[in-house]
Amino acid sequence: MNQWQNFSKGFLKENAVFVLFLGLCPTLGVTTSAVNGLGMGLATTFVLTMSNLVVSMVKNVVPDKVRIPAFIVIIATFVTVVELVMKGFLPDLYKALGLFIPLIVVNCIVLGRAEAFASKNTFLSSVIDGLGMGLGFALALTILGGVRELFGNGSLFGYKFISGDGMLLFILPPGAFLALGYLIMLMHKLKKRIY
Amino acid sequence: MAKTESTFKNMLLTLFLVTFIASGTLGFVYEFTKEPIRMVEINKKNEAIKDVFPGFTNEPYQESFKVAAGKDSLTFYPAKADGKLIGVAVETYTNKGFSGLITLMVGFKMDGTITSIKVLSHQETPGLGQKIERDKSNFETQFEGKNPATFKLMVKKDQGNVDAITASTISSRAYCDAVQRAYDGFEAEKEKLENEKN
Amino acid sequence: MEYILILISTVFVSNIVLTQFLGICPFIGVSNKVQTALGMTGAVTFVMVIATTVTYLLYTYLLVPLGIEFARTITFILVIAALVQLVEIILKKVSPSLYQALGIFLPLITTNCAVLGVAVLTIQKDNNLIESVFFSAGNALGFGLALILFSAIREQLELLNIPKAMKGVPIAFVTAGLLALAFMGFAGIVKM
Repeated sequence: MNQWQNFSKGFLKENAVFVLFLGLCPTLGVTTSAVNGLGMGLATTFVLTMSNLVVSMVKNVVPDKVRIPAFIVIIATFVTVVELVMKGFLPDLYKALGLFIPLIVVNCIVLGRAEAFASKNTFLSSVIDGLGMGLGFALALTILGGVRELFGNGSLFGYKFISGDGMLLFILPPGAFLALGYLIMLMHKLKKRIY
Repeated sequence: MAKTESTFKNMLLTLFLVTFIASGTLGFVYEFTKEPIRMVEINKKNEAIKDVFPGFTNEPYQESFKVAAGKDSLTFYPAKADGKLIGVAVETYTNKGFSGLITLMVGFKMDGTITSIKVLSHQETPGLGQKIERDKSNFETQFEGKNPATFKLMVKKDQGNVDAITASTISSRAYCDAVQRAYDGFEAEKEKLENEKN
Repeated sequence: MEYILILISTVFVSNIVLTQFLGICPFIGVSNKVQTALGMTGAVTFVMVIATTVTYLLYTYLLVPLGIEFARTITFILVIAALVQLVEIILKKVSPSLYQALGIFLPLITTNCAVLGVAVLTIQKDNNLIESVFFSAGNALGFGLALILFSAIREQLELLNIPKAMKGVPIAFVTAGLLALAFMGFAGIVKM
């Protein structure tokens, strides 16, 4: 697989949310608006790329039996860095994403890629894999957030198209499940067409 | 994976090193972000105070003090212009919201008249209880310029003077509860504040 | 009495899966048979209650006094990972059949956002030790309730004629949405 394929697979072919069904908790939890979805996606991309980077650097040094705890510490460090930086410099986003920021550490995508990819591939491939999967995740979250915001609030990225409320169901928990279910169906159809 | 063998010594050493480097990195980032995080908190409060009580020249945050009230406490932010006390912003709360805690910042002139109210935090339902926010409906405007001594802080359903939000009586009631708590606290502390005002 | 209220509110009103969106991965992955759902619930309850208690104690008596609250995420996840390893070892010795039945899902409890989520939530809600124990037990039960209800529905769904495009995960999510809608009816019952 060349590096372009490595990068782009995260967007549709092996999209974390729509195809692999990983990282679903934040997907449903923060997508009440497109901005929140994008913010969470980018934060996760940062953690994913950095942890893939470090893991691929130390993969020959860390003994096999302690690799999971070691990966966890590495990932948790980057997550805490994101937490602190957001708290100090992006307080509104920090408040909006809330509990799900520390939960990036148990996002199955991050540990999954570290274990399945970064520990077995070169530095460059791992970084590109991290970027691709992360940005694909961000794309999925932004789309879901956008759909929910559009139907639920009549706005997109904060820009309101209608006055008053939309179909409130979409920004409440049931709406998250419903919107995601239909989106997954649509994405599968799209994937069938392209690949 | 392992080009390094999983001997006890290697495992211990690796884990120690990883943790050591991780702690070092975190400690550094923590120090770097400590001040911004502190400022965010202060700025948020100052914005809320400015919102309900514009026109002060002191540092209300520096002169703030807490008073116990019910399960939690109220925070009083005295607002002064040129050294003279012109009013108080009171940070209040209620646990009776539809989804729990609501916190408000209420501005009082020294005679007890409400200047305006800003919602600091809440978890009320979007489209319903969320309308307590000033930019979501006119609910808050009915409180401005009113004095709780004559304007009964209860919804009309409970024989008060407040027009509740349609279909959000619980949120409206909770809001009134918080404002009442602020007013009661204000009345209790008024004398102390006036004596300190110079 | 207050503790009963905590249980009611965590199981029904703010159900961890259907309103807080924690524990979704196993929710979708484990829920096609009621048997596995039951086993998973048991394991998660065990880990969640012990993990929350241990992390609470660590946070209150070690991290806060030392002023290193920012190490919360790292400490908590390491405790959870260690606990899951422990449960695996104990279960292998005490009940090999259950160990086999749970299979891959046992180590996956480490990445179950519900476990870390509850540990962090109880700190955010300023619960004391006893409240935290009830809080975690309640959330584990709520997780189990959602999981078991859902797997029972899914077992029935297998027998129906679902449109090809919606088969599997999409219809599962739509069902979860309807379940979440039903649970919204509990809102406002407990003033927490």
